[in-house]
Amino acid sequence: MNWLIDFFGNPDNWSGPDGIPVRLLQHVEFSVLAFLIAALIALPLGLWVGHTGRGAVLVVLSANAARALPTLGLLVLVVLLIGVGTIWPVLIPLVALAIPPILVNTYEGVRGVDRDLRDAAYGMGLRGRQVLFRALVPVALPLILLGLRLAAIQVVATATVAAYVGLGGLGRYIIDGLATKDYPSVFGGAVLVVLLALAVQFGFALLNRVVVSPGVRQVR
Amino acid sequence: MDEPLVRWDWIARNWDNGSPLAIRTLLENHVVMAFVPVVLGLVLALPLGLACARWRLLYQPVTGVMNIVYAMPSLALFSILLSVTGLTQTTVIIPLTLFSLAVLIPAVVDGMTSVPDHVRQSATAMGFRPLRRLVLVELPIATPVVLAGVRVATVASISLVSVGALIGQGGLGALFTDGWQRQFYTPIVVGIALIVLLAVFADLLLIALQRLLTPWSRARRSA
Repeated sequence: MNWLIDFFGNPDNWSGPDGIPVRLLQHVEFSVLAFLIAALIALPLGLWVGHTGRGAVLVVLSANAARALPTLGLLVLVVLLIGVGTIWPVLIPLVALAIPPILVNTYEGVRGVDRDLRDAAYGMGLRGRQVLFRALVPVALPLILLGLRLAAIQVVATATVAAYVGLGGLGRYIIDGLATKDYPSVFGGAVLVVLLALAVQFGFALLNRVVVSPGVRQVR
Repeated sequence: MDEPLVRWDWIARNWDNGSPLAIRTLLENHVVMAFVPVVLGLVLALPLGLACARWRLLYQPVTGVMNIVYAMPSLALFSILLSVTGLTQTTVIIPLTLFSLAVLIPAVVDGMTSVPDHVRQSATAMGFRPLRRLVLVELPIATPVVLAGVRVATVASISLVSVGALIGQGGLGALFTDGWQRQFYTPIVVGIALIVLLAVFADLLLIALQRLLTPWSRARRSA
């Protein structure tokens, strides 16, 4: 507890380039960037594969294999290969991490929609893309959001590790603190990251309430 | 870039040279730190999951807590625990056990829910007492769903151990920090490859285990 008071009570930790606001903003910035890129790739692909059924086996297999990829190793390798001039090299492993959960959940969500519902949509005169966006996506939305949530949390968590290769963000407090045996900083940084991850979690819970149709929510 | 991605002679020299950074030693530590949490998690998740399946009121708060646990970054948990358990494997094993629990409790509950009611009633009608019914009827039927959870937990655990390298206990993850500090690709590539291979191998073992434990699913398909 004393460590937390030491860390959060220190005015030096609240201003300047090492201050909590700056570090938090950096963390959010590259998390959001990586998450958006991953979503832009994985969402359309997942919808397409789920709707058409093409390449499903390949997608599921490669996504499962990708889950085993160790974040830290990938990060270190990519940064060594490309260098740390910009934040792009760091974004690559983060994006690679966020794609599998989004892709698999989107695919499973669309795939898992009741066949009768799909047929009914066609029967009502909707065409391919209309069926997808007006019938399948709303029903699959809880699963799709789950995938997005898991991805977002993973990105926020992994961005912490990115501090090891010299990136900013909240991980700096942990990594630098460990290096200098400054445990209030380690502890404070860890608490900040946990709080941020929880905020993401609650943000998605809220989003779930807002965008998922009440009818779909009741069935689940 | 003159440095090749993999120097095979380095691997040969460092496979089992007696140093704490020997690849074999790291691999062994990695296996321990990855599997102990899954086994512990399963041992804890079975009673907790069964309780949640029986008393549905419990399930909502338990999932809430587990969702929160799952949202916690591993590095953050490792560093918080570091002040309690110090530089030991326990510091890595405890958070990974919590992550395993977060995956396994829902798996046990879903598994128990997947037991059809008529099967349960038939078992009761045949004279099975609750405990015997649980062990001989319900758990075997729940096995595929539970094992699916075990597979997810195992792969995640194997991959996450490496983050422990940042607090000095990461099994094969030590190859990443070593390679980074020396700007040397080979250990990093070896570490990634071994971790992915380990995960695939463990996954195949679990698939084999599932076939062994649920012979009826094969019989039905071939019939």
